[in-house]
Amino acid sequence: MVNLKFQWHCLLPILQKLEVKYLNTMAKFKKKTEAKQEIPTSSMPDVVFMLLFFFMVTTQLRDTSIMVKQRIPDATQLRKLAKKSLVSYLYIGEPQKPEQFGKEPKIQANDQFIDTKDVIQWVNAEKAKLGEFERDAITVSLKVDSEAKRGIIADVETELRKANARKLLYSTKQKMEKR
Amino acid sequence: MARSTPEIPNASMADIAFLLLTFFLMTTTVANVKGLYIQLPPPPEVNLDDVEIPERNLFKIQINSFDNVLVEGNPWTETNRELTDQIKTFILNRGADPASSVSPDKAIVSLKTDRGTTHKKFIEMLDACQAAYYEIYAERAGVKVQRWREIISDPELDKETNAGRELKILYNKGRGVLPDGKPEIPMALSIADPTKAGG
Repeated sequence: MVNLKFQWHCLLPILQKLEVKYLNTMAKFKKKTEAKQEIPTSSMPDVVFMLLFFFMVTTQLRDTSIMVKQRIPDATQLRKLAKKSLVSYLYIGEPQKPEQFGKEPKIQANDQFIDTKDVIQWVNAEKAKLGEFERDAITVSLKVDSEAKRGIIADVETELRKANARKLLYSTKQKMEKR
Repeated sequence: MARSTPEIPNASMADIAFLLLTFFLMTTTVANVKGLYIQLPPPPEVNLDDVEIPERNLFKIQINSFDNVLVEGNPWTETNRELTDQIKTFILNRGADPASSVSPDKAIVSLKTDRGTTHKKFIEMLDACQAAYYEIYAERAGVKVQRWREIISDPELDKETNAGRELKILYNKGRGVLPDGKPEIPMALSIADPTKAGG
């Protein structure tokens, strides 16, 4: 009986040759991909310093700590005031420490709570900070908590009218418009 | 003799810079002076004469201390968008509907609250009223509403520069100018003193 079994080992020399050829070509490829794969880090401090200076210059440390709740309402028709130096802020809302100041909404100017009747005095002090020609252009930004009542705000508005500071901005956030 | 030059180790410089950067990133607050702008009327003593305003020239919005809204005497349940549209038709009626305004310069939108009304609801209604006026102006000037709000807040507007004059033309186109120099559509938004309820 003839042995028809295929003799694999007769292919060995060919396979060996092929393997050598394959390894040679791979070596060639490998040589090509031997480029550096690291991100250069030498310029990182420069980049970081640049960002650092940007934030240092633009940062304004807040000089007043807000002592009333500030859940600012949303609106769509926001206007942005160009001259920030002409804006003075009044904060109205429930005190953050009710055990100390009670639960009734209060008016905060600069670093302290003020009474409604002191608003005129506060406006005059704020006006004195501005230049002679800018005094009539003073704008009062009312930062009012959403849950504060209209009564106290209307009282403040009456005082502002008496103090002749009639430009008023109700501070709001941008509402996403659904169209 | 060659001296070794003293060197400050700079490997940690990036770390220090990162630390400072993080600190300033965290403490930065972008100051925003944005909001609804209104001009208050002159002091209470000055306007002595009570002018009688015909009922048809008044668009009344009332909010009570439970934040319920009455528009022209009827309970309001629709959206703010609908309210803005109604105010717009009221202002631009020009005498067509006998129950609505005679002309835009006579039309007044009145917003009245109780002392107990929340600020949130008041802002919502004020926003709807201002939207009506700004949309009318913007449409007449042929710009987008957002652009209109930028124009009226632009300090260039009152200056005698080329840019200022161009803005003024747009501004006058939006509000219209009557022969006597007054605006054709003034923003007549009256915020009345709140009534005593719920204070």
